[in-house]
Amino acid sequence: MTHIPHRLEVENINVAYGEKLVLKDLSFQAPHGARIAVVGPNGAGKSTLFKALVGLLPLQSGRVLIHGLPLGNHKDCVAYIPQREEVDWRFPVTVRDVVMMGRFNTRGWFAQPNRDDREAVDRSLAEMSIANLAKTSISDLSGGQQQRVFLARALAQEPHILLMDEPFTGVDVTTQEATIDLLNRLRQRQVTAIISTHDLNLAATRFDMVLLINKRLVAFGSAADVLKQENLVRAFGSSLLVMENGAMLVDECCPPEEEHHETEADGLYD
Amino acid sequence: MIDILLHPLTYAFMQRGLLAGTMVGILCAVMGTYVVLRGMAFLGDALAHAIMPGVAIAYLFGGNLLIGALVAAALVALGIGYFSRQGAIKEDTAIGILFAAALSLGVAMISSIRSYAVDLSHILFGNVLGVSTTDLWLTFGLGFIVLLTVFLLYRPFMVISFDPVLAATLRMPAELLRNIMLLLLALTVVISLQTVGVGLAAAMLVTPAATAYLITRRLAPMMLISAIIGALSSLVGLYISYYLDIVSGSAIVLTATAVFMVVFLIKKGKR
Repeated sequence: MTHIPHRLEVENINVAYGEKLVLKDLSFQAPHGARIAVVGPNGAGKSTLFKALVGLLPLQSGRVLIHGLPLGNHKDCVAYIPQREEVDWRFPVTVRDVVMMGRFNTRGWFAQPNRDDREAVDRSLAEMSIANLAKTSISDLSGGQQQRVFLARALAQEPHILLMDEPFTGVDVTTQEATIDLLNRLRQRQVTAIISTHDLNLAATRFDMVLLINKRLVAFGSAADVLKQENLVRAFGSSLLVMENGAMLVDECCPPEEEHHETEADGLYD
Repeated sequence: MIDILLHPLTYAFMQRGLLAGTMVGILCAVMGTYVVLRGMAFLGDALAHAIMPGVAIAYLFGGNLLIGALVAAALVALGIGYFSRQGAIKEDTAIGILFAAALSLGVAMISSIRSYAVDLSHILFGNVLGVSTTDLWLTFGLGFIVLLTVFLLYRPFMVISFDPVLAATLRMPAELLRNIMLLLLALTVVISLQTVGVGLAAAMLVTPAATAYLITRRLAPMMLISAIIGALSSLVGLYISYYLDIVSGSAIVLTATAVFMVVFLIKKGKR
């Protein structure tokens, strides 16, 4: 039997943010078309993982393979949807302009968009139900609409792997559902989706696999296997409350500035 | 009325001045779009002041001022990129240090010339009467290069300015593009030396673009409107300078500021 490379293989990566090592010896393999939720406490390195996967942060050691080849060999196949605060929404562009940016690499720097590009953009706008906003300035959008613009842009990129950083935070329920619908459709197209979230319910019910991290890998597999008391205690430490009836409660008090502060759970492994 | 417009044109130096002024107005306004959107106003101002030593050396040795300024600007632009990339000090701190040092060096050199008060004022605030035919050719040559580059790199520049993260995932050479943008900015500042001077170049970078931002929320129209405002401000300013006998740079910048105030008040009134 020939070896079919996973879409994404992460092998023993160490990633630092500034001076501080955030991800330690992390390994996992994402199969074709899986919907994977990345879960962990604040400061667990979820955003850091994404930035490393797209090459925004260098790997101190280890490697990331996509279709069996190292990062950088696939210009177009990873789409990354950053947290919405990372973009200047007063920039003078329309919704359509932003989505068209997703087609940027298909023709090279100097070429004008051709019919394929325009059609891909139109399709993406329609799929996210924002075709009517195409000519709207991005400064006039609501939070949920901003998210849909990003999703449409990622669709226009026609990626093999889609990374989303906290897409369920601070958006309305409709946008949450639209995002989850999109994940389901992407699964049919064999797109691997890796999404960080604080919402353990969503992670448990709407995803194929859960990656639980706290600087290191805590557990990776199906939601039923991963979201167990022992694993959650290891990941969340003292911020996890276990009730007598078996219910578990995670209290995330702190702002999600995850690269900038140490968590209490840090000491558990060192 | 027509006579008022035509009379200055009987002088060859005014013809050259108006042509150079228009080009500078357009250039500053187009590059200014990125200056405003990327928050590089301080950098533009610093670059303008930092070309002083180059101008001074060219002046002392009787060389072409534009070429002296060009060399100094290229060095300083790359220097700022180098210092800020290292991360040892913050970018605006690096700019502040380089810009003050270069300005001091330039003034020190010029102060060794006997007629320095006049010369310094020309360098600081522009002397459109002194545009030679060579300067005009240089202005249009360099201006054409800058505008062509901005046109060709429109999409990459838009992406690195709007969303550096996307630029990285698309594997665009963001560092190279940023340096190209710095060099274009430096070229623009150098070219504007003749009409508005190093002291006021920053105003021509920022004011027309900021005015255009009030009017439109799309990048290409913003550049176009900014360019029109820049060109008109230069033309009107130069006529005012001619008739009222005031320094050309001040007249141009005050005209651009007046346009900004009018648009701002109209926009504010509509809300």
